[in-house]
Amino acid sequence: MTATPWLPAHVETVTPLTAHARSLVLDVPGWTGSLPGQHLDIRLTAEDGYRAERSYSIASFGPGERVELAVDEVEDGEVSPYLVEEVRPGDFLEVKGPLGQYFVWREDDPSPVQLIAGGSGIVPLLSIARARAAAGTAQPFRLLYSVRSAPDALYADEIEELRARGIPTEWIHTRLAPPGSPRAAGRVSLAELERLTIPPSERPLIYICGPTAFVESTADAVVAAGHPPLRVRTERFGGA
Amino acid sequence: MAEFSRGFGARRRASDPQLPPGQYLTDDFPVLSAGPTPRIRIEDWQFAIRTETGATTTWTWDEIHALPIEDVHTDIHCVTRWSKFGTSWRGVSVDTLLADIDSAAPSVMAHSYGGYSTNVPVKDLMGGKAWVVFEFDGEPLAPEHGGPARLLVPHLYFWKSAKWVRGLVLQSRDEPGFWEQNGYNMHGDPWREERYW
Repeated sequence: MTATPWLPAHVETVTPLTAHARSLVLDVPGWTGSLPGQHLDIRLTAEDGYRAERSYSIASFGPGERVELAVDEVEDGEVSPYLVEEVRPGDFLEVKGPLGQYFVWREDDPSPVQLIAGGSGIVPLLSIARARAAAGTAQPFRLLYSVRSAPDALYADEIEELRARGIPTEWIHTRLAPPGSPRAAGRVSLAELERLTIPPSERPLIYICGPTAFVESTADAVVAAGHPPLRVRTERFGGA
Repeated sequence: MAEFSRGFGARRRASDPQLPPGQYLTDDFPVLSAGPTPRIRIEDWQFAIRTETGATTTWTWDEIHALPIEDVHTDIHCVTRWSKFGTSWRGVSVDTLLADIDSAAPSVMAHSYGGYSTNVPVKDLMGGKAWVVFEFDGEPLAPEHGGPARLLVPHLYFWKSAKWVRGLVLQSRDEPGFWEQNGYNMHGDPWREERYW
């Protein structure tokens, strides 16, 4: 086991995702690729040598030297406002990774998969959904995506395309439902969660990612619904 | 100076010599864990230490509270890069728990309710360096932070401070626990940035 090195990276493209989030594609010579669901560390160095490091989930997967991230701006953060508002193609930063061997999906795992995302917690789950669509495997996959309102959803168009490729999506709008939506705005209830996700009898692997409070309440709910705790994998987002 | 990130640094945080490299300071208490939060009733809680010969000593909730209880004020450092200064805990020193245990093992596997584990060298648990704690900031430890009891090893990254701790197994060989098998360092010293493989 050797320590993972910092690798120089250049920003290739930046794409707005919402009013406060965007995706970055990085060109990282020497990057060995990543498993669906992994993350990496970013290191930024100011002109005077000051440095800051943070972890971000990877939206892309597989081999190659291009890595896609999606960054949601944290109010009064130090790094995310730079990545969302300031950085542009050609800019330099450093990355280390891929990191994490647990919150990942492996193509040879035949289990049904239930993905549950809150807000920008969609990023590693999108990576898993993209990998499943690319693999063309047949096991049941479902996504439940909770957002405050439709404009807060990251990758909404792509998620709709993935639906056509075998990954049905249930949208939960917690603050404002879109016009004509059959569901009123509000948090997902236990009964609704049970109705909209793969049942315990099918023994799915469940991946939950989002802000701490969302992950805590959702993980509690799926365990209450009868899923074994060791089939439930969680990743929580802190601030800054 | 090699390359830098153009335009970065405008919102920099104040640096602090108490902050290990690569960390930033937070006033929140973020949560990191691999799965759902286990809920363990005090009546069902038990803590066990097993030696390399298989000898096992156990404590109930009441029994561990009858041992000398210490106040601990310390900084904590998470591998996900947040640090928190001046946290306050109450619990029993691992020195107290190991005092009458006959073992020459160099390594410990800490096991948690919920099935997770992490390895720690014995020398990092003895000499006033580690506790089994059940209070944070004067309140019972909340389940999402590892309550009813967690290990506290503040000089290592915080994943070594196993939440929902149920016991320590002394072993002759150091082996990776759950987190270490999934990419984290065997030791985890924040000042040396022992984060990953």
